[in-house]
Amino acid sequence: MPYKVDARGLSCPQPVVLAKKAVENTQEEVIEVLVDNAAARENVSRFAQSAGCVVEVTPADNDEYTVRITRGPGA
Amino acid sequence: MNQKKVVLMAGAVVGALSVLLMKAGNPANMGICVACFIRDIAGALGMHRAEVVQYIRPEVPGFILGSFLVALAGGEFRARGGSSPLVRFVLGFFVVLGALVFLGCPLRMVLRLAGGDLNALTGLAGFAVGIWIGLFFLRNGFSLGRSTKLQSSNGYVLPAVAVALLLLLLMAPAFIFFSEKGPGSMRAPWLLALVAGVIVGAVAQRSRLCLAGGIRDLFLIGDPHLFRGFVMIFVVALVLNMMVGPFKLGFVEQPVAHSDGLWNFLGMVLVGLGSVLLGGCPLRQCILAGEGDADAGITFLGMLTGGAFAHNFSIAASPTGVTPTGKLAVFIGIVVVAVIGYLNMPRTVATGTKEGKQHAIQS
Repeated sequence: MPYKVDARGLSCPQPVVLAKKAVENTQEEVIEVLVDNAAARENVSRFAQSAGCVVEVTPADNDEYTVRITRGPGA
Repeated sequence: MNQKKVVLMAGAVVGALSVLLMKAGNPANMGICVACFIRDIAGALGMHRAEVVQYIRPEVPGFILGSFLVALAGGEFRARGGSSPLVRFVLGFFVVLGALVFLGCPLRMVLRLAGGDLNALTGLAGFAVGIWIGLFFLRNGFSLGRSTKLQSSNGYVLPAVAVALLLLLLMAPAFIFFSEKGPGSMRAPWLLALVAGVIVGAVAQRSRLCLAGGIRDLFLIGDPHLFRGFVMIFVVALVLNMMVGPFKLGFVEQPVAHSDGLWNFLGMVLVGLGSVLLGGCPLRQCILAGEGDADAGITFLGMLTGGAFAHNFSIAASPTGVTPTGKLAVFIGIVVVAVIGYLNMPRTVATGTKEGKQHAIQS
C-alpha cells in the first residue's frame, strides 16, 4: 500500500514540506502525493527527483494529479 | 523547454524589462516595484493623499492580466479560495508596510542591488532572515488551511479590477490623482508599461517565478530552481545598468532609498516572513490572483490597503529616512505576523508531542 499524502489546496511550499516529511519519516517504498495545481506538481516532482526517487505523474479528475514517488536505491 | 530554461528566461526578461522601463521614464532602480506601484495606485484612487506617489501604474494590471491570459490559454486558470482570506489580507497589509519602510518589494531589492545600491544588501539579509523564521513555522506544520474550488466568477474579480484600473488610467476622470512631481510623476509611456507588465505576468506565470520562493527553497530543500530566476534578474539588470546606466556603487545618495541599515533590515524581515507565510512574494500574489486564486486576490487588496495606510500614517520611509511611525509599524508587523505563524501551527506540534508530528505529515 502506498503512503498517501493529500496536498490539495495547500499554498507553496506546503505540498513539498509534506512530501519531504513523508519521505524522511516513513518506511513505505511508494508515496503518493495528491496535488491540485501545476506548480505543486512541478515542485513535488522536482523535490523527489533531487532526493533520488523515481517520479511518475498521473492526471486525476478535477485538474488533480497524483505524484507517485518510488524510493530509489539511495533514498 | 524544460523548467530550468523557463525560469532562467523569465528572470532575464524581468531584468531586461525593468531596465527598459527605467530608461523609458520609471524612477531610478525602480523599473518595477510591486509594492511601490500598488502604493501609487492606492494614491491615484485617493486612498492616500501623498501627492508625490499617485499614479495608476499600468504594470500592475499588466501582471494580473498577463498571468490571467496565459493561465487561460494553458488550462491552468482555476477559481479557488477559502484559505484564511482575512488572515491573508492582514499578511498582505503588513508585507507592504515592511516593503515601504525598506523602500521596495523583493523585486526592487534585486534591482537596487543591480544598480549598485548597497543598502539593498542589508535588505537582502533581512529578507533571508525573515524567510528563515517563516520556515520555522512551516516545518512545524504551519498552514493557512486548504483552498477549495470556487465558482469561476471568483477568479474573474481581480482580472476585472485590472481592466477597470486601466480604463481609469486612460479616461483619467477628475477624481483620479496623478502626481505632477516626485516618483509618481516619473513614468514610462503607458502602453510600453502595460505591455511590459503583461509580458512579466506571462513569463512569471509560466515559470512560477517568486523572489521569496527562491531563497525559501534553497533553505528548505536545497533546491536552487527558483533562485536561478532571482540571480538571472540581478545579472541581466546589472549588465544592462553598467552598459546604459545609471550604475552607482555605494550606500549614500542612492535613488529613492535611505541608508538606515537597521530598518532596511527589519523592514525586509517583515517582508520575508510575511511572504513565506503567504506562499509567495508580492509579484507572485499578483500572478496567483490572475490565475483565479481568490485568496491571492484578497492579499492584493490587503497590499493596496497597506499602501494607503503607509502614507496616511507616515509609515513609509523616504530618502530622508525612516519615520517613528514606520519603525513602530514594522515592530507591530513582525509581532502580528509571528503570532499568525504561531496560531496557525497545529496545536499539538506547537507543544511538541508525538501525535502532533504525525498530524503534520497527514494534514
